[in-house]
Amino acid sequence: MVEVHLWSGLRSLTGGQQVVEVEAKTTGDLLQELIRAHPQLEGPIEAGVSIAIDGRVIATGLTEPIPEGSEVYLMQRLRGG
Amino acid sequence: MALDDRKTDFTFVGTRPNRPDGLDKVTGRAKFGADMSAPGMLHGAILRSPHAHARIVKIDTSKAEALKDVKAVVTRADFADVPFKPGLAGEFWNVLENVMAGEKALYDGHAVAAVAATSALAARDALKLIEVEYEVLPHVTDVDKAMAPDAPVIREGAADYSVPEGMHPNVVRYHESGHGDVDAGFAEADLVLEDSFVTEATHQGYIEPHACLGLLGNDGKGELWCTTQGHWIAQKTCAALLGIETSQLRVTASEIGGGFGGKTTVFIEPVALALSRKANRPVKLVMTRSEVFRATGPTASASMDIKIGMKNDGTITAACGEFRLQGGAFPGAPGDMTAMCAFAAYNLTNVKQIGYDVMANRPKQAAYRAPGAPMGAFAVESVIDEMCNKLGLDPIEVRLKNAAHEGTKASYGPRYERIGLVETLEAAKAHPHYSAPLKPGQGRGVSCGFWFNHGGETSVTLALSEDGSAQLMVGTPDIGGSRASMALMAAEVLGIPYENIRVTVADTATLGYNDVSHGSRVTYASGLATIKAARHAVEKLCERAAAKWDIPVEAVKWENGCAVPSGPNAGDFDPMPLADITAKMGRTGGPISGHFEATPEGAGVSFGTHIVDAEVDPETGKTTITRYTVIQDAGKAIHPTYVEGQFQGGAAQGIGWALNEEYIYGEDGRLQNSIFLDYRIPVASDLPMIDTVIVEVPNPGHPFGVRGVGETGIVPPLAAIANAVSNAAGVRMKQLPMSPPRILAALKDNG
Repeated sequence: MVEVHLWSGLRSLTGGQQVVEVEAKTTGDLLQELIRAHPQLEGPIEAGVSIAIDGRVIATGLTEPIPEGSEVYLMQRLRGG
Repeated sequence: MALDDRKTDFTFVGTRPNRPDGLDKVTGRAKFGADMSAPGMLHGAILRSPHAHARIVKIDTSKAEALKDVKAVVTRADFADVPFKPGLAGEFWNVLENVMAGEKALYDGHAVAAVAATSALAARDALKLIEVEYEVLPHVTDVDKAMAPDAPVIREGAADYSVPEGMHPNVVRYHESGHGDVDAGFAEADLVLEDSFVTEATHQGYIEPHACLGLLGNDGKGELWCTTQGHWIAQKTCAALLGIETSQLRVTASEIGGGFGGKTTVFIEPVALALSRKANRPVKLVMTRSEVFRATGPTASASMDIKIGMKNDGTITAACGEFRLQGGAFPGAPGDMTAMCAFAAYNLTNVKQIGYDVMANRPKQAAYRAPGAPMGAFAVESVIDEMCNKLGLDPIEVRLKNAAHEGTKASYGPRYERIGLVETLEAAKAHPHYSAPLKPGQGRGVSCGFWFNHGGETSVTLALSEDGSAQLMVGTPDIGGSRASMALMAAEVLGIPYENIRVTVADTATLGYNDVSHGSRVTYASGLATIKAARHAVEKLCERAAAKWDIPVEAVKWENGCAVPSGPNAGDFDPMPLADITAKMGRTGGPISGHFEATPEGAGVSFGTHIVDAEVDPETGKTTITRYTVIQDAGKAIHPTYVEGQFQGGAAQGIGWALNEEYIYGEDGRLQNSIFLDYRIPVASDLPMIDTVIVEVPNPGHPFGVRGVGETGIVPPLAAIANAVSNAAGVRMKQLPMSPPRILAALKDNG
């Protein structure tokens, strides 16, 4: 299981939980499983999110592996100028 | 992506050769957006709303169309009535609405119709014959007023899932993040300071206005030449807005006279193509400066509240920020980015940040170097500076005491990988600037700044020529000397001279997809792709040598531009130079090229620290920046001169933003200062020599250690300058720009 830390603005969509657990081996699995477990997360995930795995920010990729025991954060999709 | 062999010793990387596009640019040979012409070309002009908010009741174009020089007139109907891709949604819809108004004009300068005629003069004259009936609506241009209960609603239903119930419909996005218990943190503090700050919208101020030449036939095939930071996004967006297939539109990026984030979307390009389709002739459109100001993306304006708790020894116990950003009449103001970046430089136990994206009757904001981050840094770093003053603490020592480092839990969530903030602070502390005496009337300010950086979709091809030279095709427009840095990285891998490599920014028909040149991603992502493409070519070169020597390819390695046996057991062969292999490549297996296509992840965040000295004239309120030093972590500087250029450019633009630049709206909601005479960007005589220090803490996500440097440089200046000015004037400046009238008013209020 992967513990996914959400930003606090998402708590209202997960029944107050800021850390949720899902089964996922890749970033793509993780997003899919998050929506399955918490359908209300579809809005923010479809709007665009990035995922930090042990501090390494995955901006958009769905195929990045998530090693066992890694620290995973969901982040707002990054934008640049 | 696996990065096998990290390189630390370099031959070409880190040197400072002249840029390959330099001669063309200084001799006028380089072709910019407005430099392209075509046989039978028409000239376009755009009619713009004089109202900040108005319903478009009727548009009568008949008189304009009756002119013999006029060959086409378009309105929104020429975009919406598309056969292939109806029902545009999300950002595509926003862009379409911005490119050409639908039912309402949403800001002063919003396009409502366009004309193509045989001359630019005839096109402009024809605009005067287009009759538009408006029903003027109440408007709002200020961010706090736009959130107030009585504010006019710009568009119902634009808010997304994130906005809490009960907020005004103009609030369209909401972000909240942080960790710990801020109330408990404030209770631990010896000093708690709370203050509010305001920044005005500024424009990226690129010298080259938007310009393009479009040709679109009724067969759905088109050509577009334009000044842009990303021609694939221009291709994708224009195709969607015009209802044609993406691949049928070939887009070529011209040379670019500055973008800074403002050329990451489209404005006039779909209009030129729509006019061309109607007239069946090529159409050129070039914006005036006034159009650039009124109708292309400035930054968001911001209103911010900050609360920080600190112990007497400088330890920050808690930090809170609320950041309200106004981004024009469309969703998109980067309130989330402002919030996420604001406290990112600090190792905080208790932190909470809230960001709002608010709509107002202004042009659609566009990215501007580290979008959203400079405003937040201004507010946060001002409060920290004020607390240092109150507690009698050294501002760099306080920042060092609280600085984020590897393993710190960032204010926006995850733990940092290896970062270089502490190194920039140590370099600042040791720099002669920091200990230099100040004259009476002068003040010194420091600030840290943070930006995420980005990777993005990237394709690169490298083709070797028979004579041993190389052509490198990249898809990221060169906005800061990237041809030079790409050639240096390719030279490093191939082992051939920098001068033997020609770098071309390929068009959309000759290379795979590339994201925009933004997010400080070019040297990182196109650079990584260049290295990988060059390594791919080297693999093939080694295969040819192995075949010639009749040994396994594993027994061949690449060294200093030659194939050599990998060890004594591989055989005794003289090194085979690249040019010897390419000379016969057509007969030994065919052309040799290398490719790389991927979305590199792991761009690596970056930090900077700036030191500024300012002098304030108490009689006129004029500020002079007397000394400026930029210290920033570049990971690895590929071409140090252009890294320094990015640092200096960030500081120069920051000086403008801090001291003079602002969008000024009248009571009527119209922009009052839409030319450079009234919107004053800094000129050379306004600037001191901007000293630079490149810190190199390699990014673990890049083969050579590169971190993007294009954006972080504009994050600290607003705060560093505000701190210097406040310390010089003896009064805390809380509103940007700190123009002479504002400084005089602050001095007067302070007695």
